Amino acid sequence: MLRRPTRYGSFWFWLCGVMSLLTPLPFERPIHDLERQLEALEAQPNPTETTQDAIRKMRVEIQRLKRDVYENLNPWEMVQVARHEARPKALDYIELVCDEFVELRGDRAFGDDRAILTGFARIDGKKVLLVAQQKGRNLEERLKHNYGMAHPEGYRKALSKMALAAKYGLPIVCLIDTAGAYPGIGAEERGQAYQIAFNLREMSRINTPIVCVVIGEGGSGGALGIGIGDHVAMLQFSYYSVISPEGCAGILWKHPKHADKAAHALRFTSKDLLGFGIIDEIIQEPLGGAHRDHRKMATTLKASILTAIKNLSAMPPGKLLDHRYNKFRKIGRFEERPIEAG
Amino acid sequence: MAAVPSVNEESPPSRPKRPVPDGLWVKCDSCNATVFGKKVEENLGLCPECSHHFYVSAQARIEQLLDEDSFEEWFGELCPVDPLGFTDKKPYAQRLIEEQKRTGMRDACIVGKGHMRGRPLVFGLTDSTFIMGSMGSVVGEKLTRAIEEATRLRMPLVIVSGSGGGARMHEGIFSLMQMGKVSAALGRYHDAGGLYISVLTNPTMGGVAASFASLGDIMIAEPKAMIGFAGPRVVKATVKQNLPDGFQTSEFLLEHGFVDMIVARPELRAEIARLIDYCQMK
Repeated sequence: MLRRPTRYGSFWFWLCGVMSLLTPLPFERPIHDLERQLEALEAQPNPTETTQDAIRKMRVEIQRLKRDVYENLNPWEMVQVARHEARPKALDYIELVCDEFVELRGDRAFGDDRAILTGFARIDGKKVLLVAQQKGRNLEERLKHNYGMAHPEGYRKALSKMALAAKYGLPIVCLIDTAGAYPGIGAEERGQAYQIAFNLREMSRINTPIVCVVIGEGGSGGALGIGIGDHVAMLQFSYYSVISPEGCAGILWKHPKHADKAAHALRFTSKDLLGFGIIDEIIQEPLGGAHRDHRKMATTLKASILTAIKNLSAMPPGKLLDHRYNKFRKIGRFEERPIEAG
Repeated sequence: MAAVPSVNEESPPSRPKRPVPDGLWVKCDSCNATVFGKKVEENLGLCPECSHHFYVSAQARIEQLLDEDSFEEWFGELCPVDPLGFTDKKPYAQRLIEEQKRTGMRDACIVGKGHMRGRPLVFGLTDSTFIMGSMGSVVGEKLTRAIEEATRLRMPLVIVSGSGGGARMHEGIFSLMQMGKVSAALGRYHDAGGLYISVLTNPTMGGVAASFASLGDIMIAEPKAMIGFAGPRVVKATVKQNLPDGFQTSEFLLEHGFVDMIVARPELRAEIARLIDYCQMK
């Protein structure tokens, strides 16, 4: 059953999605152009001394340019990187990070939501339970995984597998990548709000280490629904926000075309969140973003996950849940001003 | 770019502020009757013609639900700040001052201790008139402190939600994290055997619905309140079809099994008191 993609959003966003498959992001164009030129030079069968020189120079120039562009991404550009078609998705990491993955399906109540994948996995021999939001890369995959936007049954499945992990003392790894929980009729009928709320409450009490990593989009309650952990990290160019920039712009600027303004105002980049004390770690991406080197990204991610699990496992038993509670308990910015008399 | 469902049309011009029945005459949203404001007020904010539930202010809500002069406000000293330096069409800092002047409240939440028909309890509410009753740091912190106090004092907890805005955008990630914070506090309260009665009023949406408002041991909704996760305009733009009649109302939630009962405002107090009697902490 192939449904029209426009059902999932406006035609405009669909078009953007297709275009970005074919063309580099606007701010990547200079890099892209140089890379094409380099390819052309490298394709010459018998390069002269001068050509070889030019190739070397061009390589250095490309590195410089990548550094330049990617060190100065603005928040809206970062959103595009986080949503990049070629960016590694959860299934890529499952393949590149895990030695094996034993998928466990179904929520025992309604169905098996393909937007969230759950199962046992081994990472460098270490046994974990993996919970991963999968978006898909091409249209077919995206439809299959509903663009990574889960229904209540996805959150219910995630929670029930986490309880299983806790029963056998397995640490939990959550890979977060969603624009948000699915805003549909069925989702509302089946209690999207209730299920996310229930996950928040229960994840705060699951007695086994939980490591959460935002690998792309950390979209609001849909991300937080699998995001209550002891160690919360973000990939460098991912974002984690209370609302999508389009949604925020639609409400406060009255049109989603102002998404770039909202992206600046919301302060949702990994650097912002580390500064605010919301996350524990920024996981560096390869030069020019994760989409340029999946393998390198996966290696860094793997090391980071293993270190986090190791540190959390060293925590004295009984301290873990207090640590998790206090981690969220202390978040908030306010003043305390006495109430004036009268 | 991902296919993000979004509201693509220009939003309709902002609606006039909620019809608070304090004028001489008010028009009922539901039956269109023009009714005497005083009469609505005497009637606990119900339309005398059709029993439509008008918005009632935090103060009126406390007077309606709790025993006279029994309410003692807690943590009133908490004031919102602007952690992001957020500016949309106006700076958030300025918006806060304006909302505080307009409503006489410091933020959208009031918590404290009181009695309901003689039964002591911890009471909290969110008032939808203050930036849509949305939850930022102050709302999250006040509720969390109230829940922790209820846990310590081993008292029942009643929270009346009125939040159209969910998590407050202007405080960004801090607002989102309040959902986790309040829910975690409710987890501890739950472990301690506390009774939490959640009362959903019009509207309870977004991040508020997806956290504390949905976590009651017993869930009560006022009739015909809007309750849901995603706003109806977002749902409509996503699914590209008309929404079923009564979508995201109290009655819809009752039908789908997410509330225990729908209770009209005049009966709320008696009903909550009766429920508390069944659920005495061990």
